[in-house]
Amino acid sequence: MTLLQFSFYLFSAILVFAAGMVVTVRNPVKSALFLVLAFFSAACVWITLQAEFLAIVLVLVYVGAVMVLFLFVVMMLDIDLARLRAGFARYLPVGGLIAALLAAEIVLVIHGTFPADLYSPPIVDSTGHSNTKALGSVLYTHYVYAFEIAALILLVAIVAAIALTMRKRPGTKYTHPGRQVKVRREDRLKLISMKAEGKSAQEGTT
Amino acid sequence: MHEFYLALTGWLPQYFQTTLWICLKIVAILAPLMLCITYLLFAERKVIGYMQTRVGPNRVGPKGWLQPIADALKLIFKEIIIPARSNRYLFLMAPVLALAPALAAWAVIPFTDTLVLSNIDASLLYVLALTSMGVYGIIIAGWASNSKYAFLGAMRSAAQIVAYEIAMGFALVGVLMVAGSLNLREIVINQSGGFWQWYWLPLLPLCVVYFVSGVAETNRAPFDVAEGESEIVAGFHVEYSGMAFAVFFLAEYANMILIAALTVLMFLGGWLPPVEVEPFTLLPGLFWFGAKTTVVTFLFLWLRATFPRYRYDQIMRLGWKVLIPVTLVWIGVIGIGRFYTPVGHVFS
Repeated sequence: MTLLQFSFYLFSAILVFAAGMVVTVRNPVKSALFLVLAFFSAACVWITLQAEFLAIVLVLVYVGAVMVLFLFVVMMLDIDLARLRAGFARYLPVGGLIAALLAAEIVLVIHGTFPADLYSPPIVDSTGHSNTKALGSVLYTHYVYAFEIAALILLVAIVAAIALTMRKRPGTKYTHPGRQVKVRREDRLKLISMKAEGKSAQEGTT
Repeated sequence: MHEFYLALTGWLPQYFQTTLWICLKIVAILAPLMLCITYLLFAERKVIGYMQTRVGPNRVGPKGWLQPIADALKLIFKEIIIPARSNRYLFLMAPVLALAPALAAWAVIPFTDTLVLSNIDASLLYVLALTSMGVYGIIIAGWASNSKYAFLGAMRSAAQIVAYEIAMGFALVGVLMVAGSLNLREIVINQSGGFWQWYWLPLLPLCVVYFVSGVAETNRAPFDVAEGESEIVAGFHVEYSGMAFAVFFLAEYANMILIAALTVLMFLGGWLPPVEVEPFTLLPGLFWFGAKTTVVTFLFLWLRATFPRYRYDQIMRLGWKVLIPVTLVWIGVIGIGRFYTPVGHVFS
């Protein structure tokens, strides 16, 4: 067994373990953290397949941004663990059906009926080959329309998500940094020249 | 040196030999780094002391030079208190998760033309991915402590880091466009030709944005709302003591040096001398890299001594409404300037 094979099996084992823990652990925060571990091990497995760009982007986007926001929400939830456990038997048939379906699909892919021959294994290139550059040149030439359309759909989704959830409460106070910077002493402060008060008043203040 | 090592360990199996050689290289990077961190702590107290017309620590050892060693010893011998009803494993794992990415990122930093542990192709992306992972240490620490102050600190930190990471990523896109490479070594080599050829000039807005986001990402003043002594005591590490606390400290300072080193590599010509004539080119590249990194690290200390802490909503405004639009505009300027104007050579 070479070092590469060893690392592949090591990271795959961690990946499978973490994925299992995601669905079995009771505490949702721990479950989310195991999902982070699963993403990270998946990235490691991709690196052994020489897909370094995809692997690093997986870590950058999912581990670095998506899961942080996810944890942000999950940590704030006040979850009753006893109630979470209650529905297990009720959802078992539906969950089991989906699991069986997924397992069947995987078996179909691996065994014959799916044309796996069409997809050649990754070519091990000589030094100087840049996975990132190869992916970029394909995305922006051959698949440019699909890529740009996908980007546009995502942008629309972002705008829609904000538009649907934004509420403007009446009476909310905002600071206006532009006006704060522009304000001058004369706008807020007035100096009045006045005569000194009488002697008795001065003594009273001291 | 490698031949000597091979001769010495020839009796070992091949893969073990390779692993051991890599481990030795890692130690050769991390041991000086740890020493730098220790004395950066001392330098910070001294520099800020002088800026505030104090003298700083001056009791332990000659002129106070042994102060960081004394601090480290004290922290090692202190008890690590684990709060009641906290999550024990996550509580102890959080400092490690904060430190590990800050150290792992050094694997791809080219100290000189040849001195780099792993010269991988997408090293810029690798560094960005790893620095984005440092936030987990803070979030997990805040959640596992079972303390409201720590939790508030963690929430603030999460929102802040996600906001500034986008600006940071866009700043790196500018560097990538100009250099045409994701490899840090090639980015530096493309800047050769002296002070006016370095990328700080064509990428001036991005350089500023990158450094400001770096300060925010490392939770340093004036962006240190995650700690915020005045409102939330010490934020995410309020429950930590002893070595667990010290590891958070190490992580913060390791990140500081890392951001400084990356700023130097991407915008200030890395190991290249400022003027490519005789007396300057004679000095080794490692000297220039170290000198530039020291100057940028000093900026961190200077910022801390100068600026008051931002309010939380001001941080968010600066990140989303100022830094990100600036980077987007400048990426457009680079693209159009490079291909459609007669001064395109400035941007390549």
